[in-house]
Formats: sequence, structure tokens, C-alpha cells
Amino acid sequence: MSEAVRFDDVGIVQGGRTILSQVALRIADGAFVGVLGGNGAGKTTLMRAILGLVPVTGRISLFGRPATRGNPLVGYMPQRRAPLAARLSGRTLVAAALDGQRWGIALPSAQASREVDRVLEQVGAQALAARKLDELSGGERQRLLLAQTLLGDPKLLLLDEPLISLDPKRQAEMVALVRDVQQARGIAVLFSAHELNPLLGALDQVLYLGNGQAALGSVDAVITSESLSRLYAAPIEVVRSNGRIFVMSDTRIA
Amino acid sequence: MLTGLFSYGFMINAFLAAMAVALVAGPVGYVLVLRQQSFAGHALSHVGFTGATGAVLLGLPPLWGLVAVTLLAGLAMGLLGERVAGRDVAIGLVLAGALGLGLLFLHFFTAYAAQATALLFGNVFGVDRATLLTLAGLGALTLAGLAAIARPLLFASLQPELAEARGVRLRLVSVLFLGLVALATAGCAQIVGVLLVFTLMVGPAATAQRLSPRLGVGVALSAGLALSEAWGGIVCAYATDWPASFWITTLSGAGYLLSFLPGLPGPRRERPPRRPGPGPLPAPSGGSSS
Repeated sequence: MSEAVRFDDVGIVQGGRTILSQVALRIADGAFVGVLGGNGAGKTTLMRAILGLVPVTGRISLFGRPATRGNPLVGYMPQRRAPLAARLSGRTLVAAALDGQRWGIALPSAQASREVDRVLEQVGAQALAARKLDELSGGERQRLLLAQTLLGDPKLLLLDEPLISLDPKRQAEMVALVRDVQQARGIAVLFSAHELNPLLGALDQVLYLGNGQAALGSVDAVITSESLSRLYAAPIEVVRSNGRIFVMSDTRIA
Repeated sequence: MLTGLFSYGFMINAFLAAMAVALVAGPVGYVLVLRQQSFAGHALSHVGFTGATGAVLLGLPPLWGLVAVTLLAGLAMGLLGERVAGRDVAIGLVLAGALGLGLLFLHFFTAYAAQATALLFGNVFGVDRATLLTLAGLGALTLAGLAAIARPLLFASLQPELAEARGVRLRLVSVLFLGLVALATAGCAQIVGVLLVFTLMVGPAATAQRLSPRLGVGVALSAGLALSEAWGGIVCAYATDWPASFWITTLSGAGYLLSFLPGLPGPRRERPPRRPGPGPLPAPSGGSSS
């Protein structure tokens, strides 16, 4: 199987702090990978590095080519910091990303309209798109933003904390939706989250970040007391209970 | 009593100048409101006051000083980036400082108190042919510039992180846009004065955003509202002999208030109350961990 993402000896230092140090990993094409780790472990930075937005040492390759900014093979859902323009329709928001990096003005075109319809349909958001953003719930907005990542047929999705501020029911819906899209299109997904449990049924692999290191593998291989203790160089206890997993240290990590 | 509306050259100039300015202020203001930078636009016009009074002091046409200094300030604000463009206190201090400096320039140039009033509150009936041509040229330039950066500008305004990842140069777009805001502001200042630029840049745009969730409709509406408010103000001023700027601000404010009337598409209906608590916790769907 070919590789979607490959890190060779990758190091990232930001503001004097080492986020990643000499990390090597390979993520297979078509894999659903949960990106986990505590606050500040570098989940967002890792994604921004793959997008070519963060200077790195070593080499990051996507589908056999060096990672560069503006790669059309990559769809990205940033962790939302700024509030969305509340008075515009969902469709306007999604459409703005279509060729949004090109200079000039976007005149209405049937082709552009079809492409927007296509991605909306893939996530079942056609009805949402007509409504104003401030009339949508958090889960509905995330659905639109997921549609937006699919513009231009990417082969890899980077989803930064899509579950944040959703209630458990909406979290489960979002995970199932991403899993459906990922399976239907056979694309790779990196899905970062604070909590492992909402992702458990969907993941092929987990990428655990901590202490400048990264551990990639199946949930059963990575989320163990030995593996995480080695990663953090500190005693970590993993407890499995009733189909759920709890990772604990002195303070709870994930 | 309105029969003489078009029988004077200065009236025709006033209508044409108002059109050249309003058709630019509407679209540029729309994006300004979308980016929540309206205070930055307000500050730019005050900086322009210093430029205009400085130009008068040097014996140059005030409009040139207004344009030059506003443009410089807009570009500088864009270069300094979010740290400044989003900071109310810093902008407010610059704004007050600029007005103070403008006052000093006026003090040295004591001959024209009328000049100060015209700069602060506008003088649409004082637009001569040369000024009209300058305004039309500035307007065409600004609209062309806006069209040239429209797509990345909208993308960067709605989702900066995503736009950056897709290759949009956020800083460059921001600088170019604030340059356009500066040009539009300078035009507005000629009609309604530096103190009332808000009335053409922000009023129609904010009203349009309440009335339509669609981008193209909103931008057209914003331009149309700016134009009708400016022209309406001129007609009312002709009929009453009260200042045109007063009427334009009144119409602009009234338009915004009217957009809150029930029955219009703009007002947001109250959302139904959320369910009292989260639903039952879903059982994990897979047994990959046991």
C-alpha cells in the first residue's frame, strides 16, 4: 500500500520549545488515524507542518512528494478560533474556499455550483447550506466545514479537533460521518481529538504525541501502560473498562 | 420646490460625486464589516484629516493630502497586522493623535475656518469638476483593486487559517485591502466629512448584511443603499437647506434601524431553547479494546 504521509527524521521547534524531535513515521493511504496527546503536545503543529505552514528539519512527504503549502491533495479543517461570519449562508462559506487562493473575482458559474453541491451532498448538508451560520448548531457547522475540506477531491484530510464543544451524541455522529466519507472515498484521515473514546470504533491507527515523540500503531499496541510510559518517560496507567479506555497519570492526560 | 434639482451645475456635480463615492463605499464597506474592522476604517479617515490640513498648509489641494496620508496609514496598519488592526486602544490613540495634529495644522493656517468644517463634516455641494474627476478616478481604481483581490480577500476574511493553508498570503491581502479602504475612505470624506465616514462605509454594509445571507446580493444591496442614502440626503438638503451630511447620516441610521423590523428577512428569529441536557451517552461501537 502506498503512503499518504511519511516523516523522515522530522524535528519541529517553536518558540524555543521542541514539539517533535527526530520523528519517523508512515501513514498508509486510506487509513483513519486518530491524533492524540495532551494540550500542547503538538497536534495542531503536526497538522500545520504537514500543510507546509511550519518550518521543520528533516523531511515530510505526502504521496511521495515533499509537503508544500497549498497542496490540492490535502483537505484541512482548522480548529476554529475566530467566530464565523454569522450573517452569511452556509453555502457562501463553503463556496468561498473553492479556488479561494486565486486572485480575481469569483463570478457565478455552473461548474463551481456543481462542485459545491457535490461536497454538500457527500456530508448530507444540502439543507443546512441555505441557512445562516448563526442559525446552525455547532454540529451542523462542523458538517459544513467537513464538506468544505472535500472541495477539489483531496486524498488526505487533516481534521483538527472536530469534536470540540460538541455533546456526546453529536460527537458520535461526527465520527461516523467522517468514517463514512473516508470509507466511501478511500482517503486517509488524520483526526485529532482530546478524547480517545469517541473515536474507538472508527480508528485504524492512533498517533500519540507527547514529550517530543510520536507513537503510531493500532490502539491496542499504542495505548498501553508500557508504550505511553515510554513515550512520556513517566509512569502512565492505562485502564480498560467496559469497552472504554482511560489514560491516567498524576493528572489525567487523555 | 424640487423642480430646480438639476438646474444647477453644483447640484449635478453633487449627485455624480455622491455616486462615485457611494458605489465604492458600499462594496468596500461590506468587506470591512465582514472582517469586523470598521473601527480601523473610522480611524483611517481621522488620519486623513491630518493629511488634508497638512496639504492645505503646504498649499496643495486637501484631497491629495487626504488620499496620500490615508493610504500610507492604511498600508502601515496592514503591515503591522492583526496586532494593531484589531486593537481598539491603539487605533483609538492614533485616531485622537491624528485629529489633534490636524488641529495644529489648522491653527497655523487660520484663514479658512470653513475649510475645517468642510473636512470634518463634508461639503458635497462644493465639489468642482476637477474634484469630481479625481473622485471618479479614485473610485474606478478602488473597485478594480477590489475585484482583483476579491476571492482571496473573502476566503481570508471568512476562514483565515484555512486560507493560509491553501496558499493565500494573509498579510499581503490584508495590506492591499486596507489600502483600498483608505482610498474609499478618502472619497467618503469628501462627501460626508472625516467624522461621518462611518455613515457611508458601515451603515449601508451593516444593513445589507442583515437583509441578505447571500454574498452577491449583499454587496449589491450595500452599494444600492449607499447610493440611495447619499442621493436621498442631497435631495433632502436641497429641499430643507439643512446640511446634506446630516440627511445622509439620518437616512443611513434609519435604514439600519428599519432592517430590524419584523417581517424582513434580516431579523433573526429566536432559536428554540436547547434541550436541557445532553442525550444518553452512546455506547462505543467497536470492541477494539478489551
